[in-house]
Amino acid sequence: MRVRRAGDAALLVETGDPATAHRLRAALLADTADPSGGVIDGVIDGVIDVVPGERTVLVTVDPARCDPAWLAARIADLPLPEPAGAGDAPVELPVTYDGADLAEVAELTGLSPAEVVERHAAASYVVAYLGFSPGFGYLTGLDPRLHVPRRATPRTTVPAGSVAIAGPYSAVYPAGSPGGWRLLGRTRVALWDIDRDPPSLLQPGTRVRFRPS
Amino acid sequence: MIEVVRPGPLATVQDLGRPGLAHLGVPGSGAADRRSLALANRLVGNPEGAAGLELTLGGAALRFHRRAWIAVTGAPVPVLVGGRAAAACAPCFVPEGTLVEFGTPDRGLRTYLAVRGGLDVPPVLGSRSTDLLSRLGPAPLAAGDHLPVGATPAAVPDVDVAPVAPPADAPVLRVMPGPRDDWFSPAALATLTARPYEVTAQSNRVGVRLAGPALERVRSGELASEGMVTGALQVPPDGLPILFLADHPTTGGYPVIAVVAAADLPAAAQLRPGQQVRFRLRGR
Repeated sequence: MRVRRAGDAALLVETGDPATAHRLRAALLADTADPSGGVIDGVIDGVIDVVPGERTVLVTVDPARCDPAWLAARIADLPLPEPAGAGDAPVELPVTYDGADLAEVAELTGLSPAEVVERHAAASYVVAYLGFSPGFGYLTGLDPRLHVPRRATPRTTVPAGSVAIAGPYSAVYPAGSPGGWRLLGRTRVALWDIDRDPPSLLQPGTRVRFRPS
Repeated sequence: MIEVVRPGPLATVQDLGRPGLAHLGVPGSGAADRRSLALANRLVGNPEGAAGLELTLGGAALRFHRRAWIAVTGAPVPVLVGGRAAAACAPCFVPEGTLVEFGTPDRGLRTYLAVRGGLDVPPVLGSRSTDLLSRLGPAPLAAGDHLPVGATPAAVPDVDVAPVAPPADAPVLRVMPGPRDDWFSPAALATLTARPYEVTAQSNRVGVRLAGPALERVRSGELASEGMVTGALQVPPDGLPILFLADHPTTGGYPVIAVVAAADLPAAAQLRPGQQVRFRLRGR
């Protein structure tokens, strides 16, 4: 794992894949499936945020409590435990597949709309990382036949609960926002609720299934 | 209770934000110039992270329906308390019913107001900060809003005045290269640190958009989205850097050529449109 400095209070660790990123997050925060954790000297003091990306983890620290150079020298040697919740059943999201872009996706892929739905609902997904907006998870596992580019012109408003695809990812819009992904359908499940702890239904590493309803 | 008579160009409630939630896509948010908010809080005996007001280009007027102790820091503005000029960076008593008016700063961008007891608006995800990107926390202040003040802290203000240098006319921000300086030509880092950039009007709490010499990439293609830090100089395809401030998105897909030193982030938050800024390399 190559470790890059991201200013004087953060490290960018190249993990190569999301699964390693999620295990490194568990190691740094002692948020592990095994309570004994396998973490050197317990929790590392001064770690503020551990943010998985597509192939990286950003670790921000309070430099008064954790020297980034010290952490950079040790991070590759941390034992990588399984994250808490790794063995949990997938989150199942019922979807009404009536999205505005379903016909267009069928055309782009040479499939029928029914086949698009079938392939989208057949796959097992994992949240690689979150970003774009609170609770917006980038789900890996999309059927390669459904890899389509974003819309050339993003919509100014996409309703909350929209189930969408773009490139190698699927996602559910947690709140109404602008967006350029192709809309396949919608779910009634709340992806984001500020009164829930945690507020996001999806975490890095959460497994997801879509079920036609 | 404090009544907003007029908010000025942009007034938001800010504390030290929402650390620890970036993996869920929640920006850190909080005061753009944290040092100034912390100082204002210390001056009135609050914990450093109590919620105060962040005024952008001053201009606000507030009616205090209860007596209060306040302190004003950050971009220096004329402050009138009941029509009489009050000193900045010092605790100031506001009698019940008094109107407090803020002028426009001639240097810097963001002025902070702390009130003894802190602003007691309802917290969202552990913070009272307004996040303008994610629309978390209270909306920006509007005329007629009422802001509750929290319980008086046990600590007693024990500083009469805190001498603070005003924001620089020609600020120089120290940067550390990376994490993606290898996406750029060696000349790009030299250009970034040799020539001044101008702060454009398309700047806000999310980021400062800069105009100046474009930074040349040597790698094409898209960067896999990765976590972003406050102070990052992210470079979109047009080559003009964007300096991320408190409400920046948690992840981004453009390479970051360099990151502003944490100690210089308060100065970055005080950059105002039209102003020139320079960057200087600091050691790793």
